[in-house]
Amino acid sequence: MSTVGSLYQEVILDHTRKPRNFRILSEANHKAEGYNPLCGDKVTVYIKLDGDRISDISFQGSGCAISTASASILTETLKGKTEAEAEALFERFHDLVTKGEASLGASPGRPELGKLAVFSGVSEFPARVKCATLSWHTLKAALSESGGIAAVSTE
Amino acid sequence: MSTTSEALEQSKDEATKTQAGHQIPPVLNAPVLNIPVLNVLPVFDVDMIREDFPILKQKIRGKPLVYLDNGASTQKPKVVIEAIRHTYLTEYANIHRGVHLLSELCTKAYEDTRVVLQHFIHAKESREIIFLRGTTEGINLVAQTFGRRNVGKGDEVIVSALEHHSNIVPWQMLCEENEAKLRVIPMDDSGELIMEEFEKLLSPRTKIVAVGHVSNALGTVNPVRDIIRMAHSQGVPVLLDGAQAAPHLKVDVQELDVDFYTFSGHKIYGPSGIGILYGKAALLENMPPYQGGGDMISSVTFEKTTYNALPYKFEAGTPNIGGTIGLGAAIEYVQKIGLDLIAAYEQQLLKRATEVLSEIPGVRIVGTAKDKAAIVSFVIDGIHPHDIGTMLDLDGIAVRTGHHCAQPVMDRFGIPATVRASMAFYNTLGEMDVLGQGVTKLKEFFS
Repeated sequence: MSTVGSLYQEVILDHTRKPRNFRILSEANHKAEGYNPLCGDKVTVYIKLDGDRISDISFQGSGCAISTASASILTETLKGKTEAEAEALFERFHDLVTKGEASLGASPGRPELGKLAVFSGVSEFPARVKCATLSWHTLKAALSESGGIAAVSTE
Repeated sequence: MSTTSEALEQSKDEATKTQAGHQIPPVLNAPVLNIPVLNVLPVFDVDMIREDFPILKQKIRGKPLVYLDNGASTQKPKVVIEAIRHTYLTEYANIHRGVHLLSELCTKAYEDTRVVLQHFIHAKESREIIFLRGTTEGINLVAQTFGRRNVGKGDEVIVSALEHHSNIVPWQMLCEENEAKLRVIPMDDSGELIMEEFEKLLSPRTKIVAVGHVSNALGTVNPVRDIIRMAHSQGVPVLLDGAQAAPHLKVDVQELDVDFYTFSGHKIYGPSGIGILYGKAALLENMPPYQGGGDMISSVTFEKTTYNALPYKFEAGTPNIGGTIGLGAAIEYVQKIGLDLIAAYEQQLLKRATEVLSEIPGVRIVGTAKDKAAIVSFVIDGIHPHDIGTMLDLDGIAVRTGHHCAQPVMDRFGIPATVRASMAFYNTLGEMDVLGQGVTKLKEFFS
């Protein structure tokens, strides 16, 4: 049965209260804004891409506990990763929040989730999947955009 | 109480004791409970009412269901479920053209429902009741027929700042198409419309005023009598969106002198996909049809079609027959309890919910109009409404979070979303306390 703890794990609450990399990245060369019109959540993802490697990443915005923690952990996880690694992780993360624990089994060749695994409880709350993935969709838009500002909406 | 019939017997005794000249509203639907007709009930017996709604006995995530999302949709009493079941099991066929018995029986049930609705809102004639999908379609019908014909270039349509999207967008579409202008009655910080501003907006350019009777996001009961009087003094017709009003307070369209009134079945304990539009016959007769098709015609050739009389002119195609009959059962159920009694009881729920939530530090109630229906919208400092909604859901409490399809209302208060608890007469005072406890608990969790 779903419990408070299965969704709002301690790590999530910690990142909600103290979001990491929560700042404007002045040297960013990629940037995108994400918006969920349903609940008003807004996130801006800043990326400094050196070649195909994310040398620095940050975010700003306002949202619920899930979306804030997701953006915070995203920035922690992706710093130093390549674009391809980031995309592979998004795919893995998307499976996690839509399919849950079932997607956690042995999956050779797929990237390790690491701290992102704390979002496994989201799959039990389908209405909250968009909260968890908003920053990831925004990341993808930022990476595909060179120079300008991309905008994504969950609707 | 051990059984429903015992409870009723008990109430019957109490009823005779208290019949000291008081006007006591009739209550309870005997067929639901399968017991002899009971005419009066001295107090509002919510336990007995809850017996009529099987879904309320459910546990949600292991906790008793506390259903406070009635503004979105209401639960269905057994009579409604039974009426639909009965129709499809024994009395179903297409209506109006059949010469066989089933079609005649079904046509009668369908048309009898029109009369039930006529009496419910006290319309002068049953042909003034048009069945359609719901409030949204009712508003679209008026915008696309009355509106298209009467709102031209440079004309104006007035709505209010409290509207939900379905009483904004159809008018916006019309205004865009016909180069007319949408004007908005502003509201104050309590969520009440500023009537002086309405007076200023009314002009010879105004062709229709469309406002909600009760706001879905804040619960404000609008001063519709004043709105209608002021609009009529300029010869402007008024449409009232009754989606949040018809289930909770008595509506008398003749007394209001309202020109169009529309509401949805699913918010008044009936099925979804069915609702009504009331229109004054003189207005409806002068409006072009909404959709073309079967049933709305009296004769068709490839050269010329003549349209059917009211209300069929506006009911193209085979309608939602089962849903209409279900709606009739819902309306009869509500009438037997009595809207005056329902409204009075729901005011107690509103009072308790408001008190309980106001006592919790950091909780801010959005919408504090003097005259409110049983809707409480609130926000909590530092906790996002979606997290509040999920936490309450884990306690079995169903509320709505978000912008409630009323983004301009949220913008007015500078917030992206609220948590909304919307009550119905099957809710209990105890449930208001459970809501308060749930909010207190989640506040501690996120602190």
